[in-house]
Amino acid sequence: MINRRDFLKIAGVSIMSGLGSVSALNVIKDNILEASEYLPPSGAITAKRWGMVIDVSKFKTDENFKKVIDACHRIHNVPDLGNPKDEIKWIWTDTFKHTFPGQETEHMPEALEHKPFVLLCNHCENPPCVRVCPTKATFKTKEGITQMDYHRCIGCRFCMAACPFGARSFNWKDPQHFIKEENKEYPTRTKGVVEKCNFCIERLAKGLMPACVEVSNGAIVFGDMNDPNSDVRKILSSHYAIRRKNELGTRPSVYYIIGGNENA
Amino acid sequence: MYNGWKILLGLIIFLAVATFPFYSNIGKATVKPEPKIDTPVINELKEKKCVESKEFMKAEHMQLLNDWRDSAVRDGNRIYVAQDGEKYTISLQNTCMKCHSNKKEFCDKCHNYAGAKPYCWDCHIAPKEAKK
Repeated sequence: MINRRDFLKIAGVSIMSGLGSVSALNVIKDNILEASEYLPPSGAITAKRWGMVIDVSKFKTDENFKKVIDACHRIHNVPDLGNPKDEIKWIWTDTFKHTFPGQETEHMPEALEHKPFVLLCNHCENPPCVRVCPTKATFKTKEGITQMDYHRCIGCRFCMAACPFGARSFNWKDPQHFIKEENKEYPTRTKGVVEKCNFCIERLAKGLMPACVEVSNGAIVFGDMNDPNSDVRKILSSHYAIRRKNELGTRPSVYYIIGGNENA
Repeated sequence: MYNGWKILLGLIIFLAVATFPFYSNIGKATVKPEPKIDTPVINELKEKKCVESKEFMKAEHMQLLNDWRDSAVRDGNRIYVAQDGEKYTISLQNTCMKCHSNKKEFCDKCHNYAGAKPYCWDCHIAPKEAKK
């Protein structure tokens, strides 16, 4: 029969040797991968906090909206499933009532009441989708973009429930069959993951402005919200702009200039 | 032994079934997978080398791809500096597959042999290949 003292001795020695072999294994595993280096892309445009100002008055015709939406959806391989139930959207439109609920007034301009508004992920500074994601598939980058890692998404859709802006879509079907024209430079998504606008993070890395900004003819301006000299800040300092559902405290990075014709 | 012949017969049948995969493959050499690297882009390279050494890529490409993914997606570090100091843009579709445009003859050869089913292509677009 083993006594207490011997038992503790044996247990102690086994724990020590166990720990020792783990660290020894780590030394052996210390291979080439840890010696190599990862760097940020050289031609990238960077910011402390990316933001966007949308001048609503510059969207006049359906063509203006279509151009912006098509540019985004084509580049990012966003599928068109042809029915609103399965719809996948990164950038889309809705009415004033749905865009700024509670802000509609009785005698507002009729044109505004029925006008569509460009909507996209607000890349909130305090994003509820990030808080609820159980796998950290949705996260905040150091440049203020609410980014998704589709490899980690388990399709629980907590983020969709959390997002007050309806900016997220779930892939009920394999989206690869519904992409009209594949952009071979960018991946698609798979069945069972959530997807949304990424502020064109892959284009910023190449030094390009987001696709919607590029084709908007100045109706959408993009820049650093933390830099007082950036285009977006200059516009915001001279025009009154509103954000969607400000009262929820998510602090969106997308601003809307509603009135006026000679804005920005 | 009661019912001895039944037990023995059962044992013989069991052994025959259980060892079937072994004796059915006796004398048959399994063909070793030979991934091909004769794509137009690779053929034009002066020095035929991948991001890292051939031996390393063979053994560790899956780990490297995982590290690439995490670095690019989560940290925004999209440049990989290899052991020899060469810089590469981190991208499966735009870097790896630009050279290895023959997924069927390259990736799939070993993956099928080893029964590995990586989910890369659920989302990433494989290069267009002539159907065989």
